[in-house]
Amino acid sequence: MTDLAYSSSELMCINAAHLLRDGDVVFVGVGLPNLACNLARRTHAPNLQLIYEAGVIGARPSRLPLSIGDPTLVSGASSVCGMFDIFSQYLQRGNVDVGFLGGAQIDKFGNINATIVGSDYQHPKVRLPGSGGSQEIAGWANRCYIITPHQKRRFPEKVDFITSAGFLGGRAQRAATGARGGGTLMVVTNLGLLEPDENGELILTALHPGCTLEQVQENTGWDIQVAESVRVTDKPLASELTLLREELDPGGIYLKGS
Amino acid sequence: MTKICSLSEAITTYVHDGDSVFCAGFTHLIPFAAGHEIIRQGKRNLTLARATPDLIYDQMIAAGCARKLIFSYIGNPGVGALRIVRQELESGRLEWEEYSHFGMISRLQAGAAGLPFMPMNQTAAPDLEKNNPNIRRVKDPYSEQELITVPALNPDVGIIHVQRADKNGNAQVWGILGEQKEVAFASSKVIITAEEIVDEDIIRSDPNRTLIPGLIVNAVCHVPHCAHPSYTQGYYDRDNVFYLNWDKISEERTSINTWLDEWVYGVAGAEEYWQKLGAETHARLSVKPRFAAPVNYGDY
Repeated sequence: MTDLAYSSSELMCINAAHLLRDGDVVFVGVGLPNLACNLARRTHAPNLQLIYEAGVIGARPSRLPLSIGDPTLVSGASSVCGMFDIFSQYLQRGNVDVGFLGGAQIDKFGNINATIVGSDYQHPKVRLPGSGGSQEIAGWANRCYIITPHQKRRFPEKVDFITSAGFLGGRAQRAATGARGGGTLMVVTNLGLLEPDENGELILTALHPGCTLEQVQENTGWDIQVAESVRVTDKPLASELTLLREELDPGGIYLKGS
Repeated sequence: MTKICSLSEAITTYVHDGDSVFCAGFTHLIPFAAGHEIIRQGKRNLTLARATPDLIYDQMIAAGCARKLIFSYIGNPGVGALRIVRQELESGRLEWEEYSHFGMISRLQAGAAGLPFMPMNQTAAPDLEKNNPNIRRVKDPYSEQELITVPALNPDVGIIHVQRADKNGNAQVWGILGEQKEVAFASSKVIITAEEIVDEDIIRSDPNRTLIPGLIVNAVCHVPHCAHPSYTQGYYDRDNVFYLNWDKISEERTSINTWLDEWVYGVAGAEEYWQKLGAETHARLSVKPRFAAPVNYGDY
């Protein structure tokens, strides 16, 4: 029998999987996004097309990839191309439906900081990894989803550095740049789901079972608004937990803890 | 004419103090043995460029080879931070230039195509552009829309590891292709390291697989296991354990120096390094074969 108690990583992963539609072309990152995509492919979205920034299309990883360029991504994939092609012909051309993103900070308008903590780029308090592929994924994927634990330091009102664009200062500002993608459409946290309102500001639209509005308010760095009706997300199913624990991440590398 | 020489000879001949160097490979085929040879030869003031500096540049920077880093993501892939690079950037000891992956790869594409710059569509993200004066804008002469541009990157030396090459430098690669081809065409001098040196007939039996033509190659070095702890598709797996271990090793200057003494300065080259890893590691990294179906080119 599967233990129905779940970790916050499992909860976020399963909720992220539910955002994927069958047939979506997804630009996948390692860690939770990879697990979410493979969970969706094994359940409700068998025709999901997984694309990895290393230049792999239609990947069917048979083991858990531990890096973005793991050789298991290549075995049995439908195509492999160079990085210039994956970013230009797939992402820039508009052939990617979904991008998953994370970052050290996410702000009120879904902008992401993965570059520095502090206000001076030349002399940062903390130097973070930088954009990698996220600037283009956030700019050009049709739908972007962010997976992140809900902590106050991760949700400031304004990020220190916009590495990847959400709605900048509001939907009109993003639209004015001409960036083709739809922007941040959902933030999945361990407490609930945030979605942009008509102005692009993230508001609480769902709580996970047992989580409260107060917890969300305490762990958000701005006065977060709440949708008129806040729904409660589905509890993770035993079948989803079993698939994650026994087949997709049997070592608990990404799913253990918290 | 054969371009075959030892890796040590190739580094001596083509890598000079102050050069810009691009050790290619996105997670796959990273030429660690060449990085280690550069360390052993005590090269200094290099400008190192890679999308992901990976452990190879963390090690080269720790050994004092670099003056400047050009990058788009500084993490230990799958593990966490790249400690040395991060400390050197935070302390201001290392100069840097930063791009997104696509910005970085577009610089190479421009360099490889003989163009002065490459245009890209806007991503709406403003801050890297604000802080890097090399990221500029140009007006599309057809639609009047503003595009982002990055300048060509033409490294002095490109080092590219491949599965197999012939003595003329015709190099075949399979698996993740990263920026291998663009680095080769963009660089002034090209060093190929290969798991296997094969007869020209083998290359000619499958010309579509030749990613880099010998005509742009300066040196071909036979370096089996060159990519460890990264990997070579079909030859050996990525040593994820070492990537995790490096996170510990790189915590302290003393443990880094001990590691460099033992694994870089203390060995003559890639062969001795690989043997030193031992049978257990060799067995752990071995991969079962999985062959592609042969294709028929026709006999014309």
